[in-house]
Amino acid sequence: MGVKQDDGSIMPTSEQEKISDELDIRVKKFLRGEKTNLEGLQDKKLKGQLAVREELFGKSAQAAAKAEKWLLPSEGGYLEAEGIEKTWRIKQESIACEVDILSARSQYDIVLPDLGPYTLDFTSSGRYMAAGGRKGHLAILDMKNMSLVKEIQVRETVRDVVFLHNELFFAAAQKKYPYIYNRDGTELHCLKEHGAVLRLQFLKNHFLLASINKSGQLRYQDVTMGGMVANYRTGLGRTDVMQVNPYNGVVALGHSLGTVSMWKPTSSAAILKRLCHKGPITAMAFHPNGHLMATAGKEKKIMLWDLRNLKDEPLQTLPGNADTLDFSQKGLLARSTSSFVQILRDSSGTQNYNNYMTHKIIKGYQVEKVLFRPYEDVLGIGHSMGWSSILIPGSGEPNFDSWVANPFETSKQRREREVHSLLDKLPPETIMLNPTKIGTVKPQRRKEKKTKEEKEADMEAAVEAVKGIEPKKKTKGRNKPSKRTKKKQEIVANAKRPFLEQQKKEEEQVARKKQKVIEQVELPTSLQRFSRKKSAT
Amino acid sequence: MKVNVISRSTDEYTKERSQDLQRVFRNFDPSIRTQEKAVEYVRACNAAKLEKIFARPFVGAMDGHIDSISCMAKNPNHLTRIFSGSMDGDIRLWDIASRRTVRQFPGHQGAVQGLAVSTDGRVLVSCGTDSTVRLWGVPVSTLLEDDVSSDKSAVPLETYVWKNAFRAVDHQWNFDRFATGGAGVDIWNHNRSAPEQSFEWGTDTVVSIKFNPGQPDILATSASDRSIAIYDLRMGKPAAKFIMRTRTNSISWNPMEPINFTAANEDSNCYSFDSRKLNEAKCVHKDHVSAVMDIDYSPTGREFVTGSYDRTVRIFQYNGGHSREIYHTKRMQRVFCVKFSCDASYVISGSDDTNLRLWKAKASEQLGVLLPREQKKHEYNEAVKNRYKHLPEVKRIVRHRHLPKPVYKAAATLREMTESRRKKHEKRKAHSAPGSIIEEPLRKRKIIKVE
Repeated sequence: MGVKQDDGSIMPTSEQEKISDELDIRVKKFLRGEKTNLEGLQDKKLKGQLAVREELFGKSAQAAAKAEKWLLPSEGGYLEAEGIEKTWRIKQESIACEVDILSARSQYDIVLPDLGPYTLDFTSSGRYMAAGGRKGHLAILDMKNMSLVKEIQVRETVRDVVFLHNELFFAAAQKKYPYIYNRDGTELHCLKEHGAVLRLQFLKNHFLLASINKSGQLRYQDVTMGGMVANYRTGLGRTDVMQVNPYNGVVALGHSLGTVSMWKPTSSAAILKRLCHKGPITAMAFHPNGHLMATAGKEKKIMLWDLRNLKDEPLQTLPGNADTLDFSQKGLLARSTSSFVQILRDSSGTQNYNNYMTHKIIKGYQVEKVLFRPYEDVLGIGHSMGWSSILIPGSGEPNFDSWVANPFETSKQRREREVHSLLDKLPPETIMLNPTKIGTVKPQRRKEKKTKEEKEADMEAAVEAVKGIEPKKKTKGRNKPSKRTKKKQEIVANAKRPFLEQQKKEEEQVARKKQKVIEQVELPTSLQRFSRKKSAT
Repeated sequence: MKVNVISRSTDEYTKERSQDLQRVFRNFDPSIRTQEKAVEYVRACNAAKLEKIFARPFVGAMDGHIDSISCMAKNPNHLTRIFSGSMDGDIRLWDIASRRTVRQFPGHQGAVQGLAVSTDGRVLVSCGTDSTVRLWGVPVSTLLEDDVSSDKSAVPLETYVWKNAFRAVDHQWNFDRFATGGAGVDIWNHNRSAPEQSFEWGTDTVVSIKFNPGQPDILATSASDRSIAIYDLRMGKPAAKFIMRTRTNSISWNPMEPINFTAANEDSNCYSFDSRKLNEAKCVHKDHVSAVMDIDYSPTGREFVTGSYDRTVRIFQYNGGHSREIYHTKRMQRVFCVKFSCDASYVISGSDDTNLRLWKAKASEQLGVLLPREQKKHEYNEAVKNRYKHLPEVKRIVRHRHLPKPVYKAAATLREMTESRRKKHEKRKAHSAPGSIIEEPLRKRKIIKVE
């Protein structure tokens, strides 16, 4: 059996099966979760409507999977070792020889010894980069043309730079306050309320600028209307480790006591707090699918945590220090200490990260920040002597969506997108740990109460378990048969006691309720208001 | 070593010439769109708000009559023409597109009570309180129509005088018979000066009459004795009849499910019936606060429009208990007749203030030719709104309607009355022997007797 192809040849069945299996995996991704179980539904009309909708979802997932398989224009990058080669021994120079000229151009070092160390940020399309030197050097670069858009010198400490919703605006955390500049380097706003900010993050779906300052205050400011949405004292000390989970917009802070706390603008207390490390946390990063968090501690450990199911144990613990961590779009993890950069990869798909590539910059350079460039196989490294860019094959998403982030955006398209993204601006309430909850029904929480028979069975089981125990043989006349039986009875009574106490308590409660009902019933309604109210006992 | 990195040349990803369209690349991967659900929810909220902003249902008024409008008829053969008859005996043919009178049909001495057009659209039948039935030739519209022509009035083809005043008329589908209602039900032929058949059942006046669109020999009538009767012309006698608690002012058959009809009742509700099972209504459509005067189904059979004595027009789903839409203006008085246009996109109401009013069937629909992108956007908005319609914020915005103060107050009063009645009934039930009080749903309660 086979399927006839356009050129008249017949495709073998095994190949057909392979393709359908591959499509099934893709379809699963587009279905975004399990199908709803309609078995228990009693409302026939609703059942019919839901069945129709499920069918529609299935069809659209199929169509999307097919489109993804056949229609996407480019394929992802890769690096494969042959023979006894190891991928982490492959040098950047040898990669540069193999790739095309255009890609080889994105391997470079910019040496700016006076104003470093540099911190970096990319726009969501990866086209523009902002670089901020500690000594006050701010620069915007067009990465496609390799040209400088604008550079300014603010003559004070710059701790962090971050792009706002597009390349026209960026914010810089300076000595006393954060400032917002436009692309031409004009200062637009001075955000005095934030104070001396250590780290800035921008939530691009919500248009919120989040900052953590020297005294541990977490602030959210709406950059469209200018209102301060939230201002919370973390109470966990000074920190400069802050990262936004792109999946749900939750801000995570890493503290000097080894705890990670997660925040949302609508609650003044952390929504989640857990001890991740024994030493201070130095860096943190989130996988773009939001399910994986990497943290690095001073005690020379990097840990990977599953955020869907936070257990006490991390998924994986890797040895080594990291001053900065970053996940790429395809899930590669970059870590860096002093002048050494390592890329880890989950090669087997089982969330088990292994060494993938390594890179050393000139000894003595201190890496400040590593950041993957979106939609490109490029890693930006900001260090004490400027910034560098290296090629990491397989790190970026090969196919962009023009409506989400377009590296080839024209100014007209940018204006259009700005309007649309403002219309779709999310309210701060939509930040929550599980964003798929929106639009679903809150399940009814009913306490499971045990029936009388079940309780009795429990008690009997407990008694049976105890009955078999033989008391220890004692000496010196304490081993009389009467004493032994007494001891046995005592053990059984002890086993029974908690059940009996529970039963007694419940009975009392029921009796009290009955009493109350009787009291209320005794008087006619019109007279009840004259009766004295007994304080609840 | 095998190595490959992403490399995009600008030429491949941008347009070649400045006249070209911008190239668009899609990647449907869910992981590059974060917080999809929240974005969709915000879009649903925005769509609901936009719908409210663009809800401008009133298109225009057609004035010209000098007394209140009593009846209307749509021409099944011509989309933009509508006939209206008024209480002073004037009949007019309107062009909806230009909102002007095309022709007048003078002749009736008293009020015109019924209008009907034959299926081929050539003959207009009118009847009135002057006990006459008049047949008129409908002018054939041409493209080169001179609106300023002095010959705007027509003369009747035939005038038949009968014994009693008429209250309603309807034309049979596909054949040239029509039925009038008055003291009894009379079946007429275009060529005869006296009725072919006469039915009488009970003694009271027939107030509305409607032929079944599926089975041309069946017609439904409602009479002042609160009854609704179904007649079969082939049998030569009435087929079924039932009596309700209050009078039914008008009846309309569902054109897509011709076994079902809906009755506009004096008690401010509409009742949908299956004509095979008349002992209970299929659905009770509540919302009006005063007598419902007229009803007309959309040609799609999915919704119908009602006009009421409370000065409002409402649109209901064929199976919905409450109205989807309410239309009112400060100047609109008691509504006596309503019609859905033949393309289901407009609603026309005739009221006591001598005007015909033209409304859009979907209040926020964009008129005119839509670009494909506009069309897609509308469809998308409709879909997200539908998906999140149960969420409180979206629901609140979509459901909100401004009501005239008297209607709002009357609705509140009615609600209180029904609530107190329900409470009283419950108390009575609680204090009587179990089983002695039988609970009957409203669907059944309103029907007194089935014959």
